[in-house]
Amino acid sequence: MTSHGTTTAVTHPVELRGITVEFPGVKALDDVDLTLRAGEVHTLMGENGAGKSTLIKALTGVYPITAGTIGVRGVPREFRSTADAQAAGVSTVYQEVNLCPNLSVGENVVLGHEPRRFGRIDWAALHRDAARHLASLGVHIDTRSLLGSHSIAVQQLVAIARAMVTDAAVLVLDEPTSSLDRTEVEQLFAVIRDLRDRGVAILFVTHFLDQVYEISDRLTVLRNGRLVGEYPAAELPRGELISLMIGRELDELDALSRSAERTIDRTGEPVLRSRGIGRRGVLDPTDIEVFDGEVVGLAGLLGSGRTELVRLLFGADRPDSGTTTVRGASARIGSPRQAIDRRIAFSSEDRRAEGTISDLTVAENIILGIQAKRGALRKMRKAEQDAIVDEYIRALGVRPADPQALIRNLSGGNQQKVLLARSLATAPQLIILDEPTRGIDVGAKADIQRKVAELAEQGLAVVFISSELEEVVRLAQRIVVMRDRRKIGELTSHDIDVSDLVEVIAQESPETPDHVENVA
Amino acid sequence: MRRLVRQRLFWPIAALLTLIVVNTIARPSFISVTVRDGQLYGPLLDILRNSAPLMLVALGMTIVIATRGIDLSVGAIMAVSGAVALTIIAGSPSPDDLGTVLVAILAGIAVALVLGLWNGFLVAVVGIQPIIATLVLMLAGRGVALLITGGFITTINSEPYRFLAQGYVFGLPLALYVSLVAIAIVAVVERRTALGVLTESVGINPEASRLAGVRSRGIVWGAYAASGLLAGLAGILYSSNISAADANAAGLYIELDAILAVVLGGTSLMGGKFSIAGTVVGVFTIQTLKSTITFLGVPPAVSPLFLAIIVVIVVLIQSPRLRGGISRLATSSRAPKTPEVVR
Repeated sequence: MTSHGTTTAVTHPVELRGITVEFPGVKALDDVDLTLRAGEVHTLMGENGAGKSTLIKALTGVYPITAGTIGVRGVPREFRSTADAQAAGVSTVYQEVNLCPNLSVGENVVLGHEPRRFGRIDWAALHRDAARHLASLGVHIDTRSLLGSHSIAVQQLVAIARAMVTDAAVLVLDEPTSSLDRTEVEQLFAVIRDLRDRGVAILFVTHFLDQVYEISDRLTVLRNGRLVGEYPAAELPRGELISLMIGRELDELDALSRSAERTIDRTGEPVLRSRGIGRRGVLDPTDIEVFDGEVVGLAGLLGSGRTELVRLLFGADRPDSGTTTVRGASARIGSPRQAIDRRIAFSSEDRRAEGTISDLTVAENIILGIQAKRGALRKMRKAEQDAIVDEYIRALGVRPADPQALIRNLSGGNQQKVLLARSLATAPQLIILDEPTRGIDVGAKADIQRKVAELAEQGLAVVFISSELEEVVRLAQRIVVMRDRRKIGELTSHDIDVSDLVEVIAQESPETPDHVENVA
Repeated sequence: MRRLVRQRLFWPIAALLTLIVVNTIARPSFISVTVRDGQLYGPLLDILRNSAPLMLVALGMTIVIATRGIDLSVGAIMAVSGAVALTIIAGSPSPDDLGTVLVAILAGIAVALVLGLWNGFLVAVVGIQPIIATLVLMLAGRGVALLITGGFITTINSEPYRFLAQGYVFGLPLALYVSLVAIAIVAVVERRTALGVLTESVGINPEASRLAGVRSRGIVWGAYAASGLLAGLAGILYSSNISAADANAAGLYIELDAILAVVLGGTSLMGGKFSIAGTVVGVFTIQTLKSTITFLGVPPAVSPLFLAIIVVIVVLIQSPRLRGGISRLATSSRAPKTPEVVR
């Protein structure tokens, strides 16, 4: 262990030192430090899988830590449960409000700390206390009303009031703004600033860059489970922050030929063309087209609308506006089946929840796509199955190369290869890959990128999403840039590099950037 | 693959064999088989014969559970199908006519199929939770059966109908053949087609299956339809055995026995991987248990407790966690985890 465990003269509300969290086979956090200071809003930054939520869960007692120390108000602590963390003064408000919507506002605020009289709950005092706690946050609502009857924003504030009932030294806010509108965010921020000025240390997590700079005094950036650094917010420009979050893993991957420089014939009908495809509250109407042999990259931060766009294209969610044509023929795609019947394949960003069938074997997982397409009654002959499974296991380098292994026992990278095989086995004309390389090791990453480039060269149309911009720039002949749930531009790749792309994504003004090209 | 299946079935089979051995030790005549008029008799044959209704119901339950569902209405469906068949026979001028009996059986099963389709509609199309959706019929079904029989226990005197549950063919009970044919058909339909693996896929991860293009609605709907149909046939067998349609007693609590049989057979209530062979073993285990009670002469007042204790023991024997815990206790001298934090 490193030697930074010694106590300093000033004790901060929270000092995490050398935090390591391991799950079977995975090091989710590796030697991470975090210091929360009184009267400061500290924002935790990092892409998905960087370890933000793991760190929060270590601090709030959800996950046990493998190594490291947790100090709260200068006292070393060992949290066995969330109750331990709360008792020590670490209060948390989670992304999804976890209060009881069918209880009154007052009951929710003091839940577990009800004032009692002769062993029975003193209702008058309860509502008086609750109203006082709410008023200190500037919230004036009837504490006898049902929590569920209020907006998410108000519920969020009630959750904060509840968190402050115990004398909290630290308030952890995990993506509290993800379902709030602009004015509600303002209201929330006013409360956060007020708490900060009262000396509470606040740990804030969000994916919205504008909000980061609006509220934060200090930033800690994580990447791949490791600490990148701690920075005063005022001294870290947006572009630099994004580069820190995304990082660069050039060495092994640069060997890949730049498939981006291949020229694409965009004169004919595109494989897929969508005009104004969108869904209220999910994605503004967006145009996109993909030609034969083309890799279209979608770039943008998490929550920018890139996943939402491809889900609408594939029919995983039903679009409520726009038209789609497949090779010129109008196509209504409102369900995955309809997309699959038009030879469009999709691989979700959420490998575990929406990709693998964990208890089935590698072979069964690969065959699933074709078998579903054929229908239950026309079972593939064993020999035919074996041939396809062997072919893809070899072509994609799945390890272990055992068709009968259960997919849940494979590493993330190999699971991803199996899912890619499932999609490819259905012989698609367009394949949509949402974060196919997230959270997998560099070797598997290179394998998958190589395969995608190779398939596109053979004429397959590809839509490729990755948080790693290098990857997008390397693979895609065209890049669609998304932000705030809409498309903000389109770039052809061979004249830009990652820093150009970062600049477009980070641009503060929502206006169309000037170096966007209109690709014919 | 074959080795895996054997591993999965090892403990269920071990539990069944243990029961048989214990019975045999208690009274050696348990495994005796006598031949009378070319027909085989004995406690083991009774188990094979009497297990037929539970076997049919449990087969359907297996498929439903594999889709992450549950079917509580099977007992009520048994009551309805029996009531329909017996009412037709009772109302017929010639109850001994083979044609009448066939029509009655087909009508009973057809009504059961419709009820199964209704369950499937509620679950797969309307999206009601399976336990609630099938609870509707579990409660309402017996009312329907009572309505059909006019509130009485319909009794008949029909030799061909009685033969179904009590008759012998080639020295073995006909009910056993019905069981075997049902097992074979379900196994072939699930495993010779891709239905089984698609069902498992839907049960393990419905969303991933949807995105992979699996028509999960049809698969789930079909599972409930199959369960209804098999329960209908079970209801026919049950009423045939007693030549009566008892809307209140037919198939009472059989859903619980069926669920238990499925679980004993190693299929998880969480859905997904299912084992038809496991369910078959589970059904025989439960039926053997019930015979044990009568065979050992356990007094009726004690028998529910006796049954409960045996079931708990059987389930514990099969629990991998408990077995793992015991073997770990036996071997362990692991040092307790020492966190670095000092209090």
